[in-house]
Amino acid sequence: MDRYFGKYGGQFVPETLIPAMKELEENYLRYKDDPEFRKELDGYLKQFAGRETPLYFAKRLTEKIGGAKIYLKREDLLHTGAHKINNALGQILLAKKMGKTRIIAETGAGQHGVATATAAAVFGMKCEVYMGRVDAERQALNVFRMKLLGANVNIVDNGSRTLKDAINEALRDYTANFQNTHYLLGSALGPHPYPTMVRDFQSVIGKETKKQIMGVEGKNPDYLVACVGGGSNAIGLFYAFLDTCVRMIGVEAGGDGKKHAARLTGEGKVGVLHGMMSYLLEDENGQIKETHSVSAGLDYPAVGPEHSNLKDRKRVEYVSVKDNEALEGFYLLSSTEGIIPALESAHAIYYAVKIAKKMEKEQIVIVNLSGRGDKDVEHVKKLGESS
Amino acid sequence: MKLKSAFMPYVCCGDPSTEFTIKLVEKLVSSGADAVELGIPFSDPIADGKTIQAASARSLNNGMTPKKAIEIIQKLRENGIGVPLIVMTYYNIIYANGGEKFIKSIKEAGANAIIVPDVPLEESEELHRQCEGNDVDLVYLVTPNCDDERLKKIAEKSKGFLYAVAVLGITGTRENVRPEALELIKRAKKVTTLPLVVGFGVSNANQAKEYMKAGAEGIIVGSKIVDIYSKYLENEEKALSEIAKFTKEIKGAIDTKI
Repeated sequence: MDRYFGKYGGQFVPETLIPAMKELEENYLRYKDDPEFRKELDGYLKQFAGRETPLYFAKRLTEKIGGAKIYLKREDLLHTGAHKINNALGQILLAKKMGKTRIIAETGAGQHGVATATAAAVFGMKCEVYMGRVDAERQALNVFRMKLLGANVNIVDNGSRTLKDAINEALRDYTANFQNTHYLLGSALGPHPYPTMVRDFQSVIGKETKKQIMGVEGKNPDYLVACVGGGSNAIGLFYAFLDTCVRMIGVEAGGDGKKHAARLTGEGKVGVLHGMMSYLLEDENGQIKETHSVSAGLDYPAVGPEHSNLKDRKRVEYVSVKDNEALEGFYLLSSTEGIIPALESAHAIYYAVKIAKKMEKEQIVIVNLSGRGDKDVEHVKKLGESS
Repeated sequence: MKLKSAFMPYVCCGDPSTEFTIKLVEKLVSSGADAVELGIPFSDPIADGKTIQAASARSLNNGMTPKKAIEIIQKLRENGIGVPLIVMTYYNIIYANGGEKFIKSIKEAGANAIIVPDVPLEESEELHRQCEGNDVDLVYLVTPNCDDERLKKIAEKSKGFLYAVAVLGITGTRENVRPEALELIKRAKKVTTLPLVVGFGVSNANQAKEYMKAGAEGIIVGSKIVDIYSKYLENEEKALSEIAKFTKEIKGAIDTKI
């Protein structure tokens, strides 16, 4: 398996983890196309998680905007409320095959933590989730959900106390406990083979979408739009379309304008963090910068290595959307379509609307609605009260 | 690098200040340290436990930068410190500060070697070339879960010495002698003639003695050093005298190698 996407990716981890990464890679290669493994995973994806998800034509939103047709890939309808469960089920099945008994995970918005806690519960495995204190506070509901599901939530007080620091802690735990533990990384990032493996588990999103849009419209869409934190929902949607001429847009968190998480559209530089070479936000000395986004899931200073490569190849266009614009998307989708999106996905909604306006009526934009917004309702309410 | 019965303490540059780091290194050397590992702090040290994470954070909060850390090396040399000085930092610090330019600058300041815990064999090609071109020893790490074949491959690449990681895990004090470390020393001795230096989780004289007995040529102590001085950050003299006491104790244990 190739460790790199162009010059990005790799395996920049302590020596102790190299044999663990090798074990993971070998097992992934052994099982990924194994008919029995696929059958079991597809069974869980269908019966437990609720695949396939609809590709929904957002009629009222389209009418209101008056441009291209907007379709929503409804990953928000999956069990646990986001695309994260696709990867969590895939990896936990693999972990079981590898004989691991303990699962650890990091989480930002809490969606991956909830998905992992859920998968661990259904497979009867012990689960530890690492979460930065800032995130735990703004996504309190998800912390409670993880606890209900039987996971132990470890609050991280280091650094910026967000996703980046949760990943640091999970990597440290993994380094000490890899013999009985699988680190169920939640995005298409980190050391090889994670970026490839997570992408593969998420690529079901794009495969379904391709078939569905052919079914209704008889052609490929003009644009795909998805938000990019680590980048798993975006690469999951994009991957099946990479060899077509469909245009793709990845939407990063533009934050409040001053503080942000725009690594591919702002002043991001190439560097090494969390086991991979990729674009990241750092100061002039190479220290990782603190980021900001209204959405915890996009609040991350690096990005999955495949996205860095797609940016350099100019195959995907990356843009950023600010906090207040994402909130606009959040309110807009809620009131016009009766769908409350996750704040992460709301970034993509805002941008899709922006481009759809300027497009022809027969053109098509598909947005990955990667998660539902229940987890954000309280946070948005507070933001509304304080402004 | 000539290392025999070597005590090699780790200090985090700039924790809590440049001035203290210089005094600390001078005290370590005058008390018997044979080489010093100088940590250049990184914001996200994934191979480090709580103690060195806290030291790195204190140092960065007080304004430490790679450039200032390199000035510390230079100052130590100007002050007559003659023992090998080994830089320990994460790859992003090297990469962001110009790669080869960074390696060149630590060499010019007076460093002899560098340890980069997040660059394993597979990712080391470029760094290896940069170090070789500038006469800086790139020290590789081996761990108890390296198989013999890999151990040999890594040992062949390493320069100066081979760093044997005593635990499966991150840095931080442990009290007991680790059987997996003894086993690793035994296996490593078979494949290399480089000095074998043991670190990670080494924090007392008994461990040092046992690892030396098993065949190590040196001992690295990091978190325990930070633990000792950071207890007395308000009382510099006390911090330094405690460090001297500990250094003599460890050095004594290392030297009693039979």
